[in-house]
Amino acid sequence: MRREVATVGIALLAALAIGSALILVAGRSPGHVWFAMLARTLGDPYLFGQILYKATGLALTGLAVALALDAGLFNIGAEGQLTAGVLACAVVGQALPAGTPAILAIPACTLAAALAGAAIGVTIGALRVTRGAHEVITSIMLNAIVVGVALWIGNAVLFRGGATRGGAIVAGAELPPLGLAGSAANASIVIAALCVGGMWWLRARTTWGAAWRAVGRDPAAARSVGIGVGRVQILAMLGSGALAGLAATNFVLGHKHAFEEGLGRGTGLLGISAALLGRLHPLGVALAAILLGFLSVGGLAVNDLVPKELTEMLQGVVLLSVAVAVPWVRRRWAQ
Amino acid sequence: MRIRRLVTLLVGVNVLLIAIGWIVVPPPTTKPGSGLRVGLVFDIGGKNDKSFNEAAYRGLERARTELGVDVTYIEPSEGADRESALRTLAARGLDLVIGVGFIFGPDLEHLAAKFPAVKFAGIDYSPSEGVGTIANLAGLRFREHEGSFVVGAIAGMLTRTRTVGFVGGMKIPLIRKFEAGYEAGVLHTCPTCRVVSAYAGTEPKAFADPSLGEELAAAQYGQGADLIFHAAGNTGDGVFAAARERGLRAIGVDSDQYDNAPCCVVTSMVKAVDVAVVDIIKDVAAKRFRPGIHELGLAERGVGFIADERNRDLLPLEVVEQARVIAAQIVAGAIQVPDR
Repeated sequence: MRREVATVGIALLAALAIGSALILVAGRSPGHVWFAMLARTLGDPYLFGQILYKATGLALTGLAVALALDAGLFNIGAEGQLTAGVLACAVVGQALPAGTPAILAIPACTLAAALAGAAIGVTIGALRVTRGAHEVITSIMLNAIVVGVALWIGNAVLFRGGATRGGAIVAGAELPPLGLAGSAANASIVIAALCVGGMWWLRARTTWGAAWRAVGRDPAAARSVGIGVGRVQILAMLGSGALAGLAATNFVLGHKHAFEEGLGRGTGLLGISAALLGRLHPLGVALAAILLGFLSVGGLAVNDLVPKELTEMLQGVVLLSVAVAVPWVRRRWAQ
Repeated sequence: MRIRRLVTLLVGVNVLLIAIGWIVVPPPTTKPGSGLRVGLVFDIGGKNDKSFNEAAYRGLERARTELGVDVTYIEPSEGADRESALRTLAARGLDLVIGVGFIFGPDLEHLAAKFPAVKFAGIDYSPSEGVGTIANLAGLRFREHEGSFVVGAIAGMLTRTRTVGFVGGMKIPLIRKFEAGYEAGVLHTCPTCRVVSAYAGTEPKAFADPSLGEELAAAQYGQGADLIFHAAGNTGDGVFAAARERGLRAIGVDSDQYDNAPCCVVTSMVKAVDVAVVDIIKDVAAKRFRPGIHELGLAERGVGFIADERNRDLLPLEVVEQARVIAAQIVAGAIQVPDR
């Protein structure tokens, strides 16, 4: 645990240094830019809310990737699972009769999102366990398929007029905004927080968590102590897909209240960064999601000081630093 | 403990870099200006897109240097950040916030209502269904069909195969204006000519798909077209690539696109987005902001075509003269240009 904190700390310091060097090259004062980034985002309730909004989606897709990776599977497919969740969530929300009370509408839409994501996830897991198809390949392919199918369904039946936006969900399914100056942050942050807590509990306190982590560390050893490796991997992918699908509640129920082409796009892929940066620990993933959300919103806030390409690069620099720091620290920790 | 040493080193490097920045880079100067604060949000593509956004940026820079206004801008990297960007600027209490591109329409309407003290302007803005004039929102539109008519007339005079092409980006009424004007212009100078048309798609990314643009252009050149006009943003780069490969001709759009393919770009239908940006800033500075739609056509020099020493070899002088006559007739109302 202390080692993980040290690793991420070193990586962030290195990323900060590289970022400062880039800002200097761009002809600005790094101190000024960093300060502006902090002051403008944290000092403005709206932008602070936008950070929470981005972090909510990222925490869920990050947990999805972390759960699968904990069980030894690299789920690149959170993007597709999220898209399936967005589509299912919006379709169910739209199909419910007007006047459906929130107590029914919200769980129905949430369940639809989780089930749609889980269906994609379990497909990847089953292909891996029964057919030996590598999950990286299948999940990447499924990303393309799901995004394509969602757009096709949208164009065929959902989109109204010239807009790439479907009909609105029933009022009862809308999650209330957190009220931060009209920002998109909404009550789905509670769902994300529950998932973070639940994952932490499952992972640290139950035999389930012990089993999937054992499978992740060494499947052969896990098998020899009687763990059903295939079953655990399929269940992990089911859970992973469900978590990615749940991120749809943030975008559909909390913000746009409809299916829109491209809604939530990128959150699944950036979830991989959140999982790796958070070192697979649920709390770490949540913090990583907040940091990545801060970088993306902060980039907008200081766009008049540094070009957007620079702040986009910064997310990559952070991740690269972590990747380099992990083996470096591991080798030297014992000394 | 090499880890501790590394941490010390990294902290040292950070402090050093920040100190260098503090000493070397002069603090941003606040020039004594008119006190007017203007913010601008670019469409996807950003301020260096060599086209539409860049023209808006030129206008903003001119306003900064000539009028001394305080300017700031944001380049959102994805669709979801567009509203966020506009709102960030509006919440800072700027005097004027400009959204560059039709796609900002609904966001501008929404925010104009939320921030009544801030003036908003949208390039290519058209009101959503059922939305009337909003007191603090101006739409800066161009009569693209007029400029397109003139380059269509040029195409009609230049074609040898009696077939010319049109490649549009996203299939929306705005791009249809280009197509309609162009078609009418071609038929004005060459009544027996054929215009083949194609669009790159129905989503915003249709403006950012050069490889699709190249396929569409290749198909039109294959059907006998020897000249293609594009109104497709970045997708148009593919049209130029197809033209270069075959040594056939093309017409650029928005900015002077001669540099994209000096062999082949006969002229460009230019939209003076920079002029529109400077004008609206001037209006706000002089406290004569008018809400509603402002249309800039040939008469206001909001649209036009390029004829200079660079494209002289591709565009004969007599064709230029004819085109000027046609433009004058449009301004005078002697020629009616369809817009859809």
